[in-house]
Amino acid sequence: MSTQDTEMQPGGTSRTFAWGPFLRANGGLVALAVILLFNILFTPNFLQMQTLFVNISQVATIAIVAMGMTLVIATGGIDLSVGAIMALAGALAPLIFLSEFGQTYPALGVTLAIVLPLFAALACGLFNGILVANLKVQPIIATLILFISGRGIAQVLTNGNLQTFSNPSFSYLGTGKVLGLPFQGWLALAIAGVLYLVVTKTTFGRYVLAIGGNERAAELSGGPVKRVKIGVYMICGALSGLAGLIVVAINSASDAARNGNLMELDAIAAAVVGGALLQGGRAPIFGAILGAVIIQLVKYTLLANGVEDEVALIAKALIILAAVYVQQARKE
Amino acid sequence: MLDANAFDLRQYLSRNPQSVAVWVALVALILFGLLRYDNFGSAYNITSLLNYNSMFIIISVGMCFVIMTGGIDLSVGSVAAFTSVIAAYLSPYGIEVALPGAILAGIGFGAINAFSIIVLRIPPFIATLATMLGAKGGALVISGAQTISVDWGSNFTKMGMEKAFNILPWSIVLVGFVVIMLWFVLEKTTLGRTVLAIGGGPDASVLMGLKVNRATAFVYLLSGACAGLAGAILASGFGAGQPLEGIGWELSAIASVVVGGTLLTGGLGSVTATVAGALLLGLVFNILNFENGRGTISFSAYWQMVIRGVFLFAVILFQARVTAGRSARIKATS
Repeated sequence: MSTQDTEMQPGGTSRTFAWGPFLRANGGLVALAVILLFNILFTPNFLQMQTLFVNISQVATIAIVAMGMTLVIATGGIDLSVGAIMALAGALAPLIFLSEFGQTYPALGVTLAIVLPLFAALACGLFNGILVANLKVQPIIATLILFISGRGIAQVLTNGNLQTFSNPSFSYLGTGKVLGLPFQGWLALAIAGVLYLVVTKTTFGRYVLAIGGNERAAELSGGPVKRVKIGVYMICGALSGLAGLIVVAINSASDAARNGNLMELDAIAAAVVGGALLQGGRAPIFGAILGAVIIQLVKYTLLANGVEDEVALIAKALIILAAVYVQQARKE
Repeated sequence: MLDANAFDLRQYLSRNPQSVAVWVALVALILFGLLRYDNFGSAYNITSLLNYNSMFIIISVGMCFVIMTGGIDLSVGSVAAFTSVIAAYLSPYGIEVALPGAILAGIGFGAINAFSIIVLRIPPFIATLATMLGAKGGALVISGAQTISVDWGSNFTKMGMEKAFNILPWSIVLVGFVVIMLWFVLEKTTLGRTVLAIGGGPDASVLMGLKVNRATAFVYLLSGACAGLAGAILASGFGAGQPLEGIGWELSAIASVVVGGTLLTGGLGSVTATVAGALLLGLVFNILNFENGRGTISFSAYWQMVIRGVFLFAVILFQARVTAGRSARIKATS
């Protein structure tokens, strides 16, 4: 991807005011408006509380993972292991609260069933981070290891069985309501608020952007590059683990083969649609949420209008291409 | 490796420690298998191992070319699934139509990748990811999400199921031929040198006047063609076009390439070592199956993924050391 810098001509951007720059700057919002308008006009029963509810409960997991992915991408990295980490965390939780110990002490069992999988997910992120930061392995390859084996570990742990359960306090993560809207939606917003402050107000956030902008410069200026990099992979891991728990809580069942399957694509797509640059240097946290909402709405629109899943895959492919193409143009 | 004068074994060994490692590991694993299991060296085991892995070998070699330019092709698995369906549909017309048809379909996806990467300047990782989704969706659409049975009356299934001269299955002969051809392309032609040069320094290659875009297009078309061939072999060997196959093939291929010592940053690579890498990965699972058969261990299928990951981890650790050493040397000399 190297020929691009030399071949760029400053032709297309500076003609009239027109749509080009406007669309580039606000592409995500425009796309969202178009999708919403389309749905209001054509999708039956779109303007209903139920629709809002379903979409929020589905979009929260994508958004949570996409925010972690955005931080990783901001450092110029990528994390392919998010779906596998979801499966792993999701497989661990029922194992813990369904164990003998978890049954005898239900409250402690549920607490541990949330805390321990999150620690496992953090450890996965630490593993990724050390490979990328200390051993200088390219992020795609470093995270490929857990992408392959993480889901395998989850399946080994559960023998590949579907774990079903009925545990209202754990299921609150996925089915609880606050002010009439899904709990996980509020959770995603809270995480977004915290991460936004981290990115804009803390030195950690400054370094995340600095590393993505120019890693060598960040290192030469004495920045804690390695620690910050490990940090973003750990955050991404923990958020993936949380998303995995939410999926399990929504379904009241844990299926290691399906939990988080293809989530890495959704998360990358959401981050990119939200305005993250694959080269790093930008961390639009709320953009990630916007991207997740768009991805979810496209899925919902196609599904609600009777388009087959297979065609939806092709649509997703086109969205990713379009978003990155627009982004490449914006960079120039 | 760029000096093509005389072959100096010692120099080759010291410059390609990892390519050597893969051969040593392969020989060691084969010896281990021969000594430990009675049927390991049987014609049946060898043919079935090679037959099954011929698809992975060909995909890995295509991937190797892509990675040497510093790119990546995540679409190969879905493209193979798509082309297996195409081959199944074309099978009534015989192998002489179905095989080129499948390969052409693969090249079509390669062309989409090349267009996105070269003209639209989309990073290879994203461009091929999109093709992966598109090919997967396409395979499901054209097949109606069903496996498509091949025509058993035509000569199509000969490729995957019958043996050439009663020795090796046709698919292996075919893949072997293609591999030798590609080895020649990489080692002996300007195109091959350009591919390596792009990975070594893309900007420098442009400035040197190398036909960078043409070579970049070539590797993605090649990778698509290889995936197409693998799809035809899949349909022929299993008697059906399989739209749901190919999941994770890109990872196996990347792993084979990495195990074979090709640097993921590009600029260095070997066709033969990639083949060895693919065989090594196949052999690991073959031996695990034998161990399962003896009852010494009982690994469920899920362990395969874990072991694959651990294996990749070990190789990456090794490669990280090699590259660290290399860059240290470069720093020291500059």
